[in-house]
Amino acid sequence: MPSQNVRVHVYGWLLLMPAAILLIAFTHFPTVATLVQSLFTTGTATRPAAFVGAENYQIMLEDDVFWQVVQNNIWYAVGTIPVSIAIAILMAVWVNARLPARGLVRMAYFTPTVLPMIAVANIWLFFYTPDIGLIDQVVSLFGGGSHNWLGDPDTVLGCIIVITIWKEAGFFMIFYLAALQSLPPELEEAAHLEGASRWYYFRRVTFPLLMPTTLFVLINAVINSFKLVDQLFILTKGGPDNASSLLLYYIYEVAFSFFDEAYAATLTVVLLAVLAVISVGQFLLLDKRIHYR
Amino acid sequence: MKNQMKRYLARLIGGIALAFTCATSAFAAVELTMYYPVAVGGPLTKIVDGMVTDFEKQHPDIKVKAIYAGNYNDARIKALAALKSGQPAQLSVMFSIDIYELIEQDAIVAFDDIVETAEEKAWLKGFYPSLMENGMTKGKTWGIPFQRSTIVMYYNKDAFRDAGLDPAKPPASWDELASAGKQLVKKDAGGNVERWGAMIPSTGYPYWMFGALTMQNGQVLMNRDGNQTYFDSPAVVEALTYWHDLGNKYGVMPTGTIEWGTLRQNFLEGKTAIMWHSTGNLTAVKKNAKFDFGVAMLPAKQRRGTPTGGGNFYIFKKTSPEERKAAMTLIRWMTQPERTAEWSIKTGYIGTRPDAYETSALRQYVKEFPPAAVARDQLEFATAELSTYQTGRVRKLLDDAIQSALVGKKSPKDALGSAQKQSDNLLKRYR
Repeated sequence: MPSQNVRVHVYGWLLLMPAAILLIAFTHFPTVATLVQSLFTTGTATRPAAFVGAENYQIMLEDDVFWQVVQNNIWYAVGTIPVSIAIAILMAVWVNARLPARGLVRMAYFTPTVLPMIAVANIWLFFYTPDIGLIDQVVSLFGGGSHNWLGDPDTVLGCIIVITIWKEAGFFMIFYLAALQSLPPELEEAAHLEGASRWYYFRRVTFPLLMPTTLFVLINAVINSFKLVDQLFILTKGGPDNASSLLLYYIYEVAFSFFDEAYAATLTVVLLAVLAVISVGQFLLLDKRIHYR
Repeated sequence: MKNQMKRYLARLIGGIALAFTCATSAFAAVELTMYYPVAVGGPLTKIVDGMVTDFEKQHPDIKVKAIYAGNYNDARIKALAALKSGQPAQLSVMFSIDIYELIEQDAIVAFDDIVETAEEKAWLKGFYPSLMENGMTKGKTWGIPFQRSTIVMYYNKDAFRDAGLDPAKPPASWDELASAGKQLVKKDAGGNVERWGAMIPSTGYPYWMFGALTMQNGQVLMNRDGNQTYFDSPAVVEALTYWHDLGNKYGVMPTGTIEWGTLRQNFLEGKTAIMWHSTGNLTAVKKNAKFDFGVAMLPAKQRRGTPTGGGNFYIFKKTSPEERKAAMTLIRWMTQPERTAEWSIKTGYIGTRPDAYETSALRQYVKEFPPAAVARDQLEFATAELSTYQTGRVRKLLDDAIQSALVGKKSPKDALGSAQKQSDNLLKRYR
């Protein structure tokens, strides 16, 4: 009998193994290695790495650029998340209704998601270019002057936010569209019979029923607001004077331009911690207020 | 069953024997792996591959694996990663300013320690001295110039005529640039600018453009040992003030930062009459400009000046004497006058040696297309590109200082002062 038991165990572990190996090799081990590395200095051939404890974290707290990119990242999150979710719901409700050329409209909304970010950043670069760019040309039709959109620290982060919203909203729309189509049509008929206005119906019926989707989209949007930095490589390289730099881009710079692996590891640990706290918080707080059917 | 086994064994032994013969025959030829970056447009990989094939034909005892490794940053990362993984390259083309990083990693050898014959020593001295600056420190030469460029001034001759300026006389001093620039600015009835006087890009590589301005004001940005910067010296502050004033005081340039990537398009569409840009753009401008354009040296304040840029050959330390010898043969072959001339004509990079400009091919080319000679003539006034220990960080400090002054967040003096203080902190342990 025990041999049977052992066999079941072995069987179970064998089934787990492929996933476990991948997870450990590419998720857990790098995370732990990053944490360990953040406690050492960056070694070179002439100066091997030495244990310094929390010194890298101390340096980070005194790093002006770090605080600036954190601040930028918060504005970036505040600017992109609510707007892209709102637009996604709006578009989903719109293309869920019966309208001519519905497939075409849906496709148009979804296109930005399909395009590679680096490619579209190159297009947006020419939208934003002063004088010859699309935006300035449209503005000049109405008699406005040119503006140096990406060269002005006051507007550059806004420009980056707009691209991200444009890129993300269509992606989130797909989830809302799927959720909308799974709503039973009787609800709408009943609401109609009861004389509820469309807004009332949306506010009291549709939106609450979409909450599970909203939670999913919200988590994705938050993660993206830390993750989506591809456009910076093309558009601004974090400039002018770090006005558009974001945390992940700064990590890239420290790791692959300054070759300071230890400090990059330190910043990565902070990024991981922030993301972990946010996702746990979202699940704990929002989960209670969500109505699952 | 037994028979099958026997046959299998026989085949296995045969296979092993074959592998051995292959290995021994490979031993006769030296194999070299070389990474190289491409930083400008055009079919450069094809040109490099073609050169390598020609080389192998003339040197059957040397096999070269030339691997395209992305931009300069990627090339350095890949070469250093290969070094750590135990499958190192023997030589590579990398950014000329990577030198201190490579020395700190103990990754490269000095060419002075490899050259043996008098002929090789003479070859080492045959390059333009200003192109050697970025490859020399601690009294030794670590990098051999290969794909090198400088900054030049492109100007729209039609715009000059339109503004009543002599198209044969591009501005030669800072004052002339400001006054000609003012004349070149064209506004519509509503006061909106239709054409700017000049543009100097301030994203991507602001420190590079700035190196030109400071050199023109008689001041280099760092010392030869790579452990001291001079960001807060009065001449440097004056240079940044002038750059700032071109936009904010003289109204010659747009305020804020100017994008490196779209500047060429601005120039080609006539939105600016003058641009400062890499010689690497020469071929593209020549192909696409619908107006009469000229190329000139950058203007002078105390003197003329520009930094050099681009990639050098390095030989790695983890190499056998035979490999070093083969690598030297390859590098010497690639930098022969005829090869250098061919490379320069096909790519737009500067010929790295005076004797390349003596070849009939390059002489002919310069005669047909005089702008190709401007970069060469300017080499006389050129200096090293900003390069120190911790070079990525130090460069970023200067970039941020330049941008914060150009957008008006800090005064040039404050911005450069704080950059210098931080750079001192980074570099003091190298002194």
